[in-house]
Amino acid sequence: MPTGLNLNYLIYLLQGAGWTVILSALAFVLGGAAGFIVMLGRISRMRWLRFVTLLYVQAIQGIPLLIIIFIIYYGLGILGVSLPPLLAAGIALMVYCSAFLGEIWRGSVEAVPRTQTEAAECLALTRWQSLRDVILPQAIRIATPSTVGFLVQVLKSTSLVSVIGFIELTRAAQVINNTIFQPFAVFGIAGAIYFALCYPISRWSRALERNLNVGRR
Amino acid sequence: MKYQLTFGGLWAYWPDFLAGAWTTIEFTFVATVLGLIIGILGAVARGSSIAWFRILAGAYVELVRNTPFLIQIFFLYFGLASLGVRLPINVAAILAMVVNVGAYSTEIIRAGIEAVHPSQVEAAESLGLSRFQIFRDIILSPALERVYPSLTSQFTLMMLMSSVTSQVSAEELTGAANNIQSITFRSMETYIIVGALYLLLTLLLKTGFWGLGKLIFPRRRRLGTPL
Repeated sequence: MPTGLNLNYLIYLLQGAGWTVILSALAFVLGGAAGFIVMLGRISRMRWLRFVTLLYVQAIQGIPLLIIIFIIYYGLGILGVSLPPLLAAGIALMVYCSAFLGEIWRGSVEAVPRTQTEAAECLALTRWQSLRDVILPQAIRIATPSTVGFLVQVLKSTSLVSVIGFIELTRAAQVINNTIFQPFAVFGIAGAIYFALCYPISRWSRALERNLNVGRR
Repeated sequence: MKYQLTFGGLWAYWPDFLAGAWTTIEFTFVATVLGLIIGILGAVARGSSIAWFRILAGAYVELVRNTPFLIQIFFLYFGLASLGVRLPINVAAILAMVVNVGAYSTEIIRAGIEAVHPSQVEAAESLGLSRFQIFRDIILSPALERVYPSLTSQFTLMMLMSSVTSQVSAEELTGAANNIQSITFRSMETYIIVGALYLLLTLLLKTGFWGLGKLIFPRRRRLGTPL
């Protein structure tokens, strides 16, 4: 006999939400590091490196995250590497985030006026110095709103790792629904938790965008 | 452990792969058309002078954009089932896709409409155009032209997102892959093939949208401005 939704189930959902947050943070940090490298590749002076990173970005952005998760999950399996699900999920999300963040940041770096690079060259800064001290500090301002906005995307994407059995919020909701079969209540609460996590970040991203555009209005 | 990728055994399943890909195309087509209609209606509602419409459309957009698609589809599919409404699985999948992409389209089209300068509308009014004419020719058409790139990339994202509908056992490309790998145990190979097929679909869709844009926005074509 199925019982109603009680406090234990809510605690289970909140634990799942905790894992969702941990996984998002992991994906964002790892994906950010990899995305920085992708960005460097995309603005490199070496033609082949630009081409290779372009192919990487196009491939990752042209394949559903679900398929990427499956490929990495089964791929690690047949390589004989037995990773905890958290790490397998983290790697899949890292790959996904790196392509998108790399592209966002490339756009921001290229949005810094060209004269800044030229001025840096005139001062005999090396390419790395000019990137670190001149371009990036300005690019970060431009990149912040979309990067924060992408964080919402990351949080939502973590729901997909439920397919490989990692118990985050969506998986926890599925497990509970299989027990008590009250889909409106269970998925409604799970959705509300996602909303509570994502909505403030969306608002923050929009506020950042307004502040950034203040000079151009 | 030594593992060799062998694609040979999967040849026999080509019809299944193709059928899955075709279903994905069908889902995408229907969801694009319906999503566009909802997007236009939603954008009009968000700019409406009736407060209720604005609030409802705003709530719809925020709710959909801040929750995962997977939760939305579970909510719809299992929720409707618990009410005794048993939708065919493909209808449920497309319904969820339309609800999702409709919210994003609303937001994109709203931005396009807001970018139309008020003086354009005033000029049209002074020329004696009817309200419907103004909306169609002066507001909507330039707005769609302006946001066409973001709109189409949203629809491309939706095509990729349709893979998630396999989780309620829709038989599109990912669903087909799940079946094939459970029969052949060639999971890695199956998902690599499917990944490549999705990549191909993305490419086709992008090219298709680009060509369509050239076709329906002749002004752009004449001026030679890129889409």
